[in-house]
Amino acid sequence: MTTGIDIYPLGDHAITLEFGNVINLPTNQKVVALFKHLQTNPFIGLVDLIPAYTTLTLVYDIAVINQHRAVHQTTYQWVEDLILRILQTNNLQYSFVGRTVKIPVCYHSSLAPDTEWLAHHHNLTVNEVIELHTSTTYHVYMLGFLPGFPYMATVPEKIATQRKSNPRKQVAAGSVGIAGNQTGIYPFDSPGGWQLIGQTPLKNFDVEKMDPALLLPGDAVTFYAISLDEFNLQKQA
Amino acid sequence: MSIRIIKSGISDAFFDEGRFGYQHIGINPTGAMDNIAVKIVNALTLNHSNEAALEMHFPAATISFKKDALIALSGADFTATINHSIVPVNKPILVKQNAILQFKKPLRGARVYLGVQGGFKLSAWLESYSTNTMVNAGGYFGRRLKTGDEIHFKGDHSYPDLSTTNAVQIFPFQANINELYQQGSIRIVAGRHFKLLTTEAQQQLLQQAFTITGESNRMGYKLQSQPLALQQEQNIISSAVTKGTIQLLPNGQLIVLMADHQTTGGYPIIVHVITADVCTLAQYNQKDSIHFKLVSNKEAEEAFLSQHRHLLQLQNACNLRLNDFINTYNRP
Repeated sequence: MTTGIDIYPLGDHAITLEFGNVINLPTNQKVVALFKHLQTNPFIGLVDLIPAYTTLTLVYDIAVINQHRAVHQTTYQWVEDLILRILQTNNLQYSFVGRTVKIPVCYHSSLAPDTEWLAHHHNLTVNEVIELHTSTTYHVYMLGFLPGFPYMATVPEKIATQRKSNPRKQVAAGSVGIAGNQTGIYPFDSPGGWQLIGQTPLKNFDVEKMDPALLLPGDAVTFYAISLDEFNLQKQA
Repeated sequence: MSIRIIKSGISDAFFDEGRFGYQHIGINPTGAMDNIAVKIVNALTLNHSNEAALEMHFPAATISFKKDALIALSGADFTATINHSIVPVNKPILVKQNAILQFKKPLRGARVYLGVQGGFKLSAWLESYSTNTMVNAGGYFGRRLKTGDEIHFKGDHSYPDLSTTNAVQIFPFQANINELYQQGSIRIVAGRHFKLLTTEAQQQLLQQAFTITGESNRMGYKLQSQPLALQQEQNIISSAVTKGTIQLLPNGQLIVLMADHQTTGGYPIIVHVITADVCTLAQYNQKDSIHFKLVSNKEAEEAFLSQHRHLLQLQNACNLRLNDFINTYNRP
């Protein structure tokens, strides 16, 4: 698994492994496989794991690793050697261990300020946009931007849309948006530039929970449409 | 045992070193901007090195002490006074019940830290006391302090009677911070996209002065200089960034990511401020200018380890000198 991986330092206390230079599912599956392996089998001094589209970054504690490294090594070299050994001795085949999560979305126009424009832009009806968005199983490539914000792909080509040239100052929590061929859910009220096509009543980030994020890297996600009444009902629950 | 905020400052909130282990779900570490100052106040008050301290900017809060307390201030010097007498930073201070701590005038630095013996009673979120204002969790109800807030201490300590005339007793020793902060140029290591800069831009980066602009906060410092040019536009796929990462914005200006940075980013990563110098940078103010000096990753690690050793020495020295005093008078 070590061939074709580019390994480099990210500053003086992190190391990045780059598994490819284009965004695609097989590359991200390699990222997720190593991420899950290290999450289950952490090494001493490992502080944080940050999976992204094509990269996995490991943040480490220089002072802790300093106790373990050989005299001729830097702490970076110690971590790099360890990672190479892990990659060589483990057959980290991606196996789908993520969950399939079904997310209810209300596509009603009052919660979907960009759907009408988006439908018109692609010569589709609003219903066709909704059908296309709910017809696909999405892969969670990474979380970022905000706590719990999932970057999911791949949106059907017919509704893939560039983000807005003027981002909104305020996007409501739960808003479901499209940017290029990605779809995402805003966990909090925040500024944002994605094309908004609906809203979920689910909290995709819950501070009260031990595992605050609804979705994790590697999960599979499908959306299903609910009515405005159902949305309001679930929102209150 | 508590403090009361008589008048809140512009941005007062509690931080420890940070919240680690959750960046894979987009939760950034936050943590104090100047972690060294947090460790110093903890050493001077006999606390665990990662106890949360109150981080304040200028104008800072006016604070009253409900009971006697052993405190320390570190980081910026904002001309702290207790009952109108000036008190120093980097020294243990015994304050008397009802004493009032104020900050009169910023002399040096950008952020001051207040620590108390025993630590503040705060709510932990995901194993950290650091305040995350994005999700309103950790620290004091997940928010900055307001006038009227009362924050309790964790321990219950008693101290010898102070003379009736003096509200404070300043201990006769000071933490030596000279080895902990960088004088002169801020040291950097090369980043993933350093080589994407034109040769001229690479030289510019190491020669010209960069001014910290008004668009600088806990998330990052935007710098102003002659714009830096890339050899060619490159489409960069978002990936992880860390505290100290310096990205090139589309307008040719640099941004240094600080404590509240996002976990990932899609701008070119030019260089990184070395961990040992991030706290020095955290004490720079808007309009200050900085120069950069490129070092190797090995030098960066050595600088961090040397700083780490100095902090351990400081902790040991404080334990030795303060414990006698505390043990004599402290009845749990």
